[in-house]
This record gives sequence, structure tokens and C-alpha cells, in this order.
Amino acid sequence: MARTVTIDPVTRIEGHAHITIDLDDEGFVSDARFHVTQLRGFEMFCEGRPFAEMPSLMARICGICPVSHLVASSKACDALMAVSIPPNGARLRRLINLAQIVQSHALNFFHLSSPDLLLGMDSDPEKRNVFGVLAQHPKQTKEGIRLRAFGQELIRTLGGKRVHPGWVVPGGVSHPLEEEARDRVLAELPEMMVIVERNLDWFKGHMDGFQEEIRSFANFPSLFMALVDEKGRLDFYDGKLRFVNAAGNAVGDDVDPADYARVIAERNESDSYLKSPYYRPMGYPDGMYRVGPLARMNVVESLGTSAADQEWAEFQQLSRGSVLSSFHYHYARLIEILYCLERIRELLEDPGILDPHVRAHAEPNARVGVGASEAPRGTLFHHYEIDENGLMKKANLIIATGHNNLAMNRGVLQVAKHYINDGQVDDGALNRVEAVIRAFDPCLSCSTHALGEMPMDVVVRDAQGNVVDRKVRS
Amino acid sequence: MSTTDGRKRLATIWLDGCSGCHMSFLDMDEALVDVAAMADVVYGPLVDTKEFPADVDVTLVEGGVSSEEDLEKIKTVRSRTKVLAALGDCAVTANVSGLRNQFPVDRVIERAYHENADDGEGPQTDVPRLEVWSKPLHAHVTVDLWIPGCPPSAQTIQFAVTELLQGRIPDLSEHTRFGA
Repeated sequence: MARTVTIDPVTRIEGHAHITIDLDDEGFVSDARFHVTQLRGFEMFCEGRPFAEMPSLMARICGICPVSHLVASSKACDALMAVSIPPNGARLRRLINLAQIVQSHALNFFHLSSPDLLLGMDSDPEKRNVFGVLAQHPKQTKEGIRLRAFGQELIRTLGGKRVHPGWVVPGGVSHPLEEEARDRVLAELPEMMVIVERNLDWFKGHMDGFQEEIRSFANFPSLFMALVDEKGRLDFYDGKLRFVNAAGNAVGDDVDPADYARVIAERNESDSYLKSPYYRPMGYPDGMYRVGPLARMNVVESLGTSAADQEWAEFQQLSRGSVLSSFHYHYARLIEILYCLERIRELLEDPGILDPHVRAHAEPNARVGVGASEAPRGTLFHHYEIDENGLMKKANLIIATGHNNLAMNRGVLQVAKHYINDGQVDDGALNRVEAVIRAFDPCLSCSTHALGEMPMDVVVRDAQGNVVDRKVRS
Repeated sequence: MSTTDGRKRLATIWLDGCSGCHMSFLDMDEALVDVAAMADVVYGPLVDTKEFPADVDVTLVEGGVSSEEDLEKIKTVRSRTKVLAALGDCAVTANVSGLRNQFPVDRVIERAYHENADDGEGPQTDVPRLEVWSKPLHAHVTVDLWIPGCPPSAQTIQFAVTELLQGRIPDLSEHTRFGA
């Protein structure tokens, strides 16, 4: 008899969601969907508030990547003030954004995903968590904790707080970097480089053990989107939007992020608080695209730092066109940590980084402002409209995780079809359904800024849509 | 109620929050090893347990109560936990999760899914209904300790958890404040 399996909540992800898997009369998967179950209302309650409050308010969308929201929101505010910010304001914002990517990527890889990678997809669910890996692989786990702590400490050094610093403001940043603090961070970089290089080697050495996951984890053609600089290199802070297809060719290029609505449309889903953006010229659902570390690796012409470029060249060997398996988000994430550490060093070694002129002041001069940046999980847009007094009239946010909604849903279906046969639903199969979501590293508190939450739950429904089984694992 | 070997059972859960309080929990860094030595983390976003277990000694709850699902969860948590702590300003006062309270809930949904989307009908199935008001935990259940902060610092959380696991309700007035 046909039935539906529910995974609720999805664990080791950042937010609240559940997954439903529909089985047909023969016990094969007919459909699978990912539902996001939280909505917070940020787009609504910012109305009427002064625009300058937005960075610190919008940062509360997400405690994992508050810095990304600070950066995108402050850039939207710069546009409202119509100012160009001091060069060192931009440099310091770049620096804190890189720190954010290091800590967030380390969190995904070590705290959330390593239990699957180090202990195994089929390992004991009671121990399949960061405390379990800490017990069995203490050295590697403590390295991950160190790496995340490095990113968080750099954020604290710059912004005064690890989570929700108020330092990134309209017009730049609120105060400059001290020489002593710079030297302290520089001194820690070599150890961090060793940690990430060792873990890259570990990952590459263990990929063979995950061939089946690589083949089935959201491994299909799609578009990929990211910001790139004027030379087509990775740029987390600025740049133009580029879309490439599965063959690796640019189908949309040099798009000013302020014109995002020309290339991105958003569609509601009837069964999730997460909307599905798509590439407007290709329509829904053909315009499905992915963002984040894997997309950035596929979109750029080079990364722009030496060690990371070597790793990127090796990564490129995985495929003649774009690398399509979402399992490789993990691989891409490690390469990006390496890139960020190299860029952090470059920025800290730039004598201009101590320049005390870090903020421009202005009244609002434009009624509409768009800010975009690359957050850990992909391109982030904040789009504000204000009235003549500088009070918010409207906000639209497109959050990194949201871009991936279509691909995550299709990925869940692909994994479920691959691992669930003849009505046999075991823990290892369900964990892989969750693991494909983890590979995307969705941040659901972010993406459902509007309503939004995401634990995980697998429901099995029969062909008539009746819930006949709910696999709530304990 | 501890396990037979005397180890305490610790749980964490997030309701309507930003996960920043959980990030601050992780910001204990290497001290996480000490917490893991004192207690088993039996439920939370970091572990794979799907159902909130019985006989939990201490639960830290992040976020306000905003949907029918949040409400159901906090009642379950309360009934299965000896000591319940509200972690962070959203759990303590509703804070950011409560900012939507000034608008009717229908308008919040209308704005997010109709005015700010191009097509599609908006969420109707497989998602929990939003409560009319987003409220702090103590509006629905008894709370044993409030840990204010947005988020509370890792040091504050470490101190509070260590005290709670040893059966004491700490005085946090010297450690944290609203918006800290």
C-alpha cells in the first residue's frame, strides 16, 4: 500500500524543516518535498523604522551569518545615502565578511556534516553528532572548533561581539582596526592554513568512499549564480552577477546586482514558507539555479589567491563542465576557507588596513537602495525603499538559501528515489535524505526571514495523499 | 533525573529565533568538551534525536513562541524537563520575534508571499499555523531561569549551564543583561 514517510525535524541544519516522501503502491518513491516551517516577518516589521536601524535589526534574521546581513544591509543603506564609502571602510567590511565565511563553513563541515563523513552515513544515530565525533576523532574535531573560533574571534576583534556585532554601519564601519589586534590575527593564520590544508587532504583522500552519495546527492544539470569581480574572480563583497549553465558557459553575465529583479523571479510554494527563486529568462522551473560554494567554484574564472587556485584547478578536474553533484559543496567549502584565509592575510598586510578614516556620513539622498554580497551560502540581496524622512516603506530580501530551494527539493527526491526501494525505509536512507540538505548548508532562519523555521520530519503518504506512516526517528 | 551512571541529560531547542543563541552556545569552543564531559546532549539541533526525550535534567530554549508548532513543542519540553531556562532575549521577552505583533498576522503573510513574490499561491499545507501573537516562553509555561542577551555571551551560557547541571539556579545579574 502506498504511504508517506516524514522526517521531522531535519537535524544538524540551521533552522526548522521537515521532509515528506511519498511512496507508491509498490513502495517506490513517487515524490519527496522539503518544507520550511517558520516565518518571521522581517519584511513587514521594518516598515516605518529609520533606515539606519536596518543593519543591526536585519542581522537578527540570522545568528549564524549575521555579518552577511550587516554587510548587505549596510550596502543598501550606502545606496540610500548615495555615498561612496572610504576605501578602508570597504576593506574592513571585506575582512569581517571573510571571517564570517570561515566560521560558518567550519560550522557546517565540522559541527554539522562531519558526523556523516567521519562516522558514516549509517552510523549509530545516537552518536552521530559533534559530541560523537569529538569522542572518536578528537584531534580533527578540535581543529574544526579552533578554525570556527578563529573566524568568530576575528569578528569579535573587529566588531566587539562574536554574534550580532553592531560595527558594520551605513557609510562604512564604526571604528578602525588597531595595529596590535591586526598582529594578533596575523600570528594565528599559519596554524589555520595548516588545519584547512590537512582537512582538504583528508576529504580528497576519502571521496572514494562516498561515490554513491556523489552520484545521487542533487547531481543534475542546473544553472549556477554568483558575484564575480571585473576579472571574473571570486568576490564575496562586491561585483556583478554571473549565471553559468551545466556545460560551464555563461548564460547571463555582468548583471548589476541592483537590477536583480530583471534576472530573478520568486515563486511561492503551497507547502513551504520558503519561496523558490528562478532565473527569469528561462522561467519556472527550468530556471532553477544553485548558489553558494559549489556555484562559486563553477562560476568563477579563477579564485585569485595562490593556494586556493591550485586546489580549484584540481577541483575543476572533477568534470568537463560545471561540477554538478551537491555532495561537492563540502569540497568547495573547504577550498573557500583556504581562499578566505589567504585573502585575510592579504588584507591585513595591506598598510591601508589601519587607516582611521572608515566611515562616511550622509542624510538619505535616494529613495531606493539595493545591497548585495556573497554570504557563506550564496548571494544575498537587501532591497529597501524609504520615504522623504528616511523611514522604511518597503524591504525585499532574497536570502542565499532561498535560491537553492528548487535544487534542494529536486535533490531530496533524487536521494529518496536512490536509497528507498520496495518500501524499505531505514535510518541510513533517511539520514542521506537529510545529508543532501546538509550539503547545501541551508540557513533556514535566514531564508524564511519572512515567516520561517526548519526542523526535519519524513512523512510517508499513500497514493491518495493520506499520511500512513511518519518516520520520526528517536 | 539522571542516567544510572549519574550523568545529567541536557537538551537545547530553538523555537522562533535566529539561532544566534545556539551559536553563542557553540562559542564556548573548547569548553564544549567540558560540557560534554558533564552531561549527555540528548536533544537539540546538533544531534539526530527526532523526538524530545523524557527525563531531561536541563533544557535551554531559544526563541519566542510564534506558531502552533512552537506552542506544542514548549509544552512538551516543559512536561519532560526538570529545569527549563529561557535562553536569550527572544525567549525572555519575545524581542525580535515579537516585532511582528504590531501587525495583523494576515498582513505579515500577505506582504511576504503576495506583494513580494511573482507567482504561486503561498504556503497552505504542510506548514504550521502562526499564532496571532509571538510571545515569550513564560506566557505559556513556567520558566526556571531567564538568561537575557542578544545573544548571551558564551561565558554566560557556560556559567549558567554548569550551575544548572549541578542543581543550582544561578544569579545572572552580574553576567548579562537585555541586549548584551
